[in-house]
Amino acid sequence: MIVAVASGKGGTGKTTVSASLAAVWDRPLVAVDLDVEEPNLHLFLRPALGEPEEVGLEVPVADEDRCTGCRACTDLCQFKAIVLMGEHLLTFPEMCHGCGGCLAVCPEGALTPGRRVLGWMEQGAAGPAAFLMGRLRVGEAMSPPLMRVVKARLDAMLAESGADAVMDAPPGVSCPAVNAVMDADVILLVTEPTPFGFYDFRLAHQAFAPLGKPMGVVVNRAGIGDDSVQAYCAEHGLPLLAEIPYARDVAEAYARGKVVATLGPEHAARFAGLRDGLRRLHEEAVHA
Amino acid sequence: MREIVVLSGKGGTGKTSLTAAFAHLCRDKVLCDLDVDAPDLHILLEPRPLRREDFVSGHEARIDPEACTACGLCRDACRFAAIRDSEGVPAVDPLRCEGCKVCVALCPAGAIEFIPKTCGEWGVSATRFGTLVHAQLLPGEENSGRLVTLLKQEARKLAEAQDASLILCDGAPGIGCPVISSLAGTHLAVAVTEPTPSGRHDLERVCGVCDHFRVPVAVIVNKHDLNPAEDARIEAFCRQRGYELVARLPHDPLVTTAMVQRKTVTELADNGFTHFLLRAWKRIGRLAGLGQ
Repeated sequence: MIVAVASGKGGTGKTTVSASLAAVWDRPLVAVDLDVEEPNLHLFLRPALGEPEEVGLEVPVADEDRCTGCRACTDLCQFKAIVLMGEHLLTFPEMCHGCGGCLAVCPEGALTPGRRVLGWMEQGAAGPAAFLMGRLRVGEAMSPPLMRVVKARLDAMLAESGADAVMDAPPGVSCPAVNAVMDADVILLVTEPTPFGFYDFRLAHQAFAPLGKPMGVVVNRAGIGDDSVQAYCAEHGLPLLAEIPYARDVAEAYARGKVVATLGPEHAARFAGLRDGLRRLHEEAVHA
Repeated sequence: MREIVVLSGKGGTGKTSLTAAFAHLCRDKVLCDLDVDAPDLHILLEPRPLRREDFVSGHEARIDPEACTACGLCRDACRFAAIRDSEGVPAVDPLRCEGCKVCVALCPAGAIEFIPKTCGEWGVSATRFGTLVHAQLLPGEENSGRLVTLLKQEARKLAEAQDASLILCDGAPGIGCPVISSLAGTHLAVAVTEPTPSGRHDLERVCGVCDHFRVPVAVIVNKHDLNPAEDARIEAFCRQRGYELVARLPHDPLVTTAMVQRKTVTELADNGFTHFLLRAWKRIGRLAGLGQ
């Protein structure tokens, strides 16, 4: 079972929930951080990590001597990554999405594959769980290609070990977030009961519902704000799997890098219940 | 005319609440919500729409099953694994399609259409704090960077027409495409952080992006009393990098109380924030080169 922990709004507690689920998981697990722009799961699970593996994207390198100016590549490129200026063939590697189209259509062999560094993938272990993360290079704009590489590694790890996965997804509902959750078995939406939290939660629900995957909800900082999230869940038949009451001491423990599930038996029980609820949602979907 | 973008790296540190409070406290500006993925500024500003446009950007491939010979060439060429079998016939998964046109160019049967995509909408609204330029990307869409660029261009036109001295922008979380686009032409990035391991880690990364694109940074530590040790580390980081720490704000449920009332915290009586934020705004204005 792959659980994607997602949210519309950032800062609602995705990482808190992911780390706590990892702490109470009772089967082999891979904890994976797919929020490659701002990965934080490692700050809480403190894994022992191997050497970072550099992840690159294939981008074209131009050989002007061979270019005849036929414009096959510039006509095809949708991302303004390759331009013919007079007789000069210029590439803008940072604009390139790595589709390989220019390389495929050039009749003169004037383009050869080069590489842009997207970031790094790191693998290791956090206690009994395996750990995997991506880290986008500062200055790099595109996170989905790095996320795809991390997900491919995750697939290989799961195929080999038969483990479950808890995946900390990026915030939002645009392509990086959808990229993260689309291959999960269950989506867990983490929100907070405030007007911002509710608005973005509804966006996330609308964005992910067409994927047809079971979805559950965690309300973090319950007790602040209002009850619009709970009302929406009831109205849309979204299972509310856990509520984490707001408490100043929990916020302070988080601020010190503590995993909430390890703060006491009451917290551990809450996340064990959440784990079981996720498993139930998955089983119901499998048997449906 | 000066441009200020409020960023954070980590989400949920208080970017939008603070942008709205500054919008309340300063004059002669155009507001712009550059978090086009999960925009929240409108929730506090209750905008009255003046103009609304579709955002059309990029294309999506679609295979005509009648014309397709199922040769498989497109599937082999697609680097995004977007072409999948659907009952024996190849079909494009729109969620995976990058809009690169490679399949269209290579299809020997000419069976693949390339359709312009509506990725969202944007508009201009009137609010009690001035004009707001904002947008909403459709779920799962990309090209948020292009939408951010478009919003900034529209905000500049409006600011010129209104003779406004400032464009105040609420930014997106993260360090990727929309954040990078929001930095173009910006005079100052205000990075809002919190004294937590994630807050500091993500602050360092977003400041790295600002340095990379040579945009000066000012820092606000929100909820600074949650962890004095982390707070001190952030202060040391700012000193070392030469960023001015323009405010340290307490963790106070009043900000949520204000949000529930659709108000900025500075609009509440006896809020304890107005004094700090006025002082912070003075320093931000000076750093951004705003004549005061």
